[in-house]
Amino acid sequence: MLNYAWLIFIPPLAALLFNLFFGRRLTRPLPGYLGAAAVGLSFLVALGLFVGLRQLPVEERSFQLVLWSWLHTGQLRPDFALLIDPLSALMALVVTGVGFLIHVYSIAYMKLDDEHHELDARRYARYFVYVNLFIVAMLVLVLGNNLVMLYMGWEGVGLASFLLISFWFHKPSARDAGKKAFLVNRVGDFGMALAIMLIFRSVVNAGEATRAGTLAFTDLFAVIADNPAALLAGAVTITLLLLLAASGKSAQIPLWVWLPDAMEGPTPVSALIHAATMVTAGVYMTVRMSPLFELATVAGTNVLHVVAWVGALTALMGATIALTKTDLKRILAYSTVSQLGYMFLAVGVGGYVAGMFHLTTHAFFKACLFLGAGSVMHALHGELDINKMGGLRDKLPNTYRTFLLAAAALAGFPLLSGFFSKDAILVAVFEEHQYLLYAVGMVTALLTATYAFKMVFVVFGGRPRDRKLYEHAHEQPALMTGPLWILALLAVIGGLINLPFVGTLQHWLEPIVALGPAEEAAHPDMTMELILMAVSALVSLGGLYLAYQLYVRQTGAADRIRRSVAPLHKLAANGYYFDAAYDMLRRGLWETAQLLAVLVDQAGIDGVVNGVARASGWLGERTRRLQTGLVSVYALTLFVGMVLLFGYFLLIRFVN
Amino acid sequence: MANLTSLPLLSIITFLPLAGSLLLLLLRGDKALKATALATALVTFVVSLALWFGWRAGEAGMQFTETLPWLPELGIGYRLGVDGISMPLVLLTTFLMPLVLLFSWDTIRDNTKTYLLLMLLLETAMIGVFAALDMVLFFVFFEASLIPMYFLIGRWGGPRRIYAALKFFIYTAFGSAFLLAGILALGYFHQQQTGDWSFNVLDMYTLGLPANVQTLVFFGFALAFAIKVPLFPFHTWLPDAHVEAPTGGSVILAGVLLKMGTYGFLRFCLPLFPEPTRRFAPLLVALALIGILYGALVALAQKDVKKLVAYSSVAHLGFVTLGIFALQHESLSGSVLQMVNHGLSTGALFLLVGFLYERRHTRQLDDFGGLWKLMPVYAAFAVVTFMSSAGLPGLNGFVGEFTILLGAMKTSTAYAVLGTLGIILAAWYLLWAFSKIFQGPVTNPANAGLHDLNRREVLIMVPLVLLFFLIGLFPSLFLQKIDPSTQAVLDLANRPAALTMQVEK
Repeated sequence: MLNYAWLIFIPPLAALLFNLFFGRRLTRPLPGYLGAAAVGLSFLVALGLFVGLRQLPVEERSFQLVLWSWLHTGQLRPDFALLIDPLSALMALVVTGVGFLIHVYSIAYMKLDDEHHELDARRYARYFVYVNLFIVAMLVLVLGNNLVMLYMGWEGVGLASFLLISFWFHKPSARDAGKKAFLVNRVGDFGMALAIMLIFRSVVNAGEATRAGTLAFTDLFAVIADNPAALLAGAVTITLLLLLAASGKSAQIPLWVWLPDAMEGPTPVSALIHAATMVTAGVYMTVRMSPLFELATVAGTNVLHVVAWVGALTALMGATIALTKTDLKRILAYSTVSQLGYMFLAVGVGGYVAGMFHLTTHAFFKACLFLGAGSVMHALHGELDINKMGGLRDKLPNTYRTFLLAAAALAGFPLLSGFFSKDAILVAVFEEHQYLLYAVGMVTALLTATYAFKMVFVVFGGRPRDRKLYEHAHEQPALMTGPLWILALLAVIGGLINLPFVGTLQHWLEPIVALGPAEEAAHPDMTMELILMAVSALVSLGGLYLAYQLYVRQTGAADRIRRSVAPLHKLAANGYYFDAAYDMLRRGLWETAQLLAVLVDQAGIDGVVNGVARASGWLGERTRRLQTGLVSVYALTLFVGMVLLFGYFLLIRFVN
Repeated sequence: MANLTSLPLLSIITFLPLAGSLLLLLLRGDKALKATALATALVTFVVSLALWFGWRAGEAGMQFTETLPWLPELGIGYRLGVDGISMPLVLLTTFLMPLVLLFSWDTIRDNTKTYLLLMLLLETAMIGVFAALDMVLFFVFFEASLIPMYFLIGRWGGPRRIYAALKFFIYTAFGSAFLLAGILALGYFHQQQTGDWSFNVLDMYTLGLPANVQTLVFFGFALAFAIKVPLFPFHTWLPDAHVEAPTGGSVILAGVLLKMGTYGFLRFCLPLFPEPTRRFAPLLVALALIGILYGALVALAQKDVKKLVAYSSVAHLGFVTLGIFALQHESLSGSVLQMVNHGLSTGALFLLVGFLYERRHTRQLDDFGGLWKLMPVYAAFAVVTFMSSAGLPGLNGFVGEFTILLGAMKTSTAYAVLGTLGIILAAWYLLWAFSKIFQGPVTNPANAGLHDLNRREVLIMVPLVLLFFLIGLFPSLFLQKIDPSTQAVLDLANRPAALTMQVEK
């Protein structure tokens, strides 16, 4: 089975080529069915890979499949090759599984979007070309066996993301958002590219040219295992560069700014790319490269500690901004930033499994929330301001119920998937004695529960705030509510994949996380863990209570709180001025470019060149007058010249 | 294939276009002229594929060599041959020419005959530059390529064509003077050391030149090539030439002519002057890095999209030069491949600009916007081409840039860091141009009636896009042919200055 792993790329590749060339000739939902079916087939292949891997003994669960030799030159030897192991298989399942559901949803959603945008048959087909392209690139990213493949997928999903954010390219806001996403990610990719080159150089210089050349993960980890000195010196720089890359793709401090704007894309895209899959690539990469991160220690502090703090602060920042927003998709976007922060927090304290666990459950509930938001948006003719919603529970019963379940999972409501995965992270943090980080995580959890239930209460509860919108609202077709229910179900039961003290996922990922030398398998203290779990549950319920008080009882407390922390509120509402700072930087570079073009290039260099040209022209003009045509003048000149020459030679003789 | 090697294949490829141009003299009627020119270029391309398929893999030295005496008493010979460095460039030339002629099919309306004639003459000169192994012959072709391009710009160019053509000519001729002086000096020193005159490049590898002479001649060559590339600060002729040149001229200029500079570095500077090459490599790398960053920033400030692409060439050729003077095997091979990549990607960019210019007779970014909706097929080609130029992995540009930067990293961290910064900036100016042209609402009513690409235009773009993918996904096909020759050049560049006799030819 594993030998046929490449089959996973074929259906989406075939579908995207077909839709690209012939899509516009098909009647409307057909390209959608084609695109969705392709991803469904890929999901089946992913399942096959998973089963095939399970049949192998644990220590053999790392299968390499070389498809062709890719970039061989000098000492460089990366292949076009796949690595099927527990980590990549899990990612492939999430990507194709959640991807399939979102594709199905898109069939109807994009057809209905016709009402709001001029979407002809060509654009409808093109949408599925792009999302299938995304799936292919994402699979390259997670299944690639070497860093260059990872990089290819990494930039490939960036391209798909750009194309889909700017899908409504006629809107200036969508145009700018796509551009911003691509550029900010390029800054991250800068880190990734340099990290790859540094790894190559370090390992080559350590005399490991053969293993350096492939840039394959397994070769790299083998080097780390039996010759750690090869990467010891460079590890800190390399991992910090990788962190920069991760912060770009996964919207962490300092490069998170593109994600909220990415909501300009069609809502299923936000669910698929900007919540469930692509943005988790940074987490995947960090876990994948964890053996190197474990090596990276400077002055007694590991770079992972930086990762943890970046994650924790991003989590807190995202949650506080989410609380201040009233645009439903933006709230979800900031929530995604925040939840990704949790994943980095987990990875940063060595809780790789907890991070991957949360990555998986988050894919379920956040995809469900985004698709729910899309459903609401459709019902309200594109309205996204939650202050114009209200009372929609009667009009959109399926959307309401699924949204409630998913929001509860996000809030960490006891026994739902998000509860277990977030708890696993906080336990991991606590067990590493990082109490300050734990406190940040707890505060964020409270805020998360608050905004999660705020969305439910304000959108679906109470009375309609805009009667006209409310009257027109209608539930969406089964093609959209079906995926909603499946995702909601997964959001509820997703915790089963890694229940505390059972740890199915823990065992599955053991071969990956055991690679790092520092990974201690210290068995957790059961009582302590139960207490922590109870605290988590209380915090989540506290958030629910807070949201109920603020947004259902509406005692006016929300306004009072906002006023009492006005400066903080302003800070959060403005995204902590990251955008403003970047804008200054961008404008500075822009002005520099103008200056260079006008002052240096035109006036400076070209000025000198044209000056020389003019000067020689002038000289020519002058010397032309010497040609008088009078033979006597020529003779005189000749004579003077000869005298001078003669004198010169005499002088040389004399001096010598 | 066996009997192919007995044919003077390189001579045939080099002079087929010349023969075609002579045929043009006898013909009348635009259609017949265009068809003949296109057929000539196509046949030349097909014949040149024999180089690819008849290639002896794993060999570093010259293949398909031909030698005829020319001026034996002066050691000047008619010597042709290609190695893994020049063969891809010959193929690039023969590949681009039919596309350019196809583009000119409907777009050149006045004095078609001369235009086609000059194009074919230019092709002979360009192939000759890459195939010549005799320095005098090389110089003849090098100079011969100037004249057709001068007239192409000066006759079929834009409003400031005379200024641009003259600037192009004077700049290059200025460099050529130093080149000629250098070539003559080498011949002279060969005579001094061995008693015989020679202008055979391969003979020069065994010459033991004194260090100060090496340095002097090195700078003569380097200056000529730096102007041709062009390296900062010798680049200001390029934007003018590009903006004024007709589209076909721009494609050839960027696609092939600029490569004569970087090719010259590889063929002459590195192997002939190892000592100054190593000593002054940091200087040339510095100019290359300035070119990468400066070219990208200045591109960002352009309002004319053709000028933007021209400055992007300065940046891209900066990468090639960086790869050459980083003096690592990966970066040298990457540079050779990147020469081809740049020819394809930038050629495609100029063609795309040309399609637009033919329709709207403007190239100002501000005149466009929202074209994605009006010209979806055109936009699709543009996305792929812009991404290729931006170095997206999976497409051709990445393979070259990545190997260049990887090699640069081996030499110095600073080289790699500054070069990689250039990749961010490249994405910026390309995306800026792309979004200005294709995205947003259609604000300019003059664009409303734009029609999408026609069959001929699609036919031009398809081979380019296929090659983007072919090189991006299967670069080893190319690199395995390039690698042995770049290794040989690197060995020559790394040889001790005084020790020269053991070097194999």
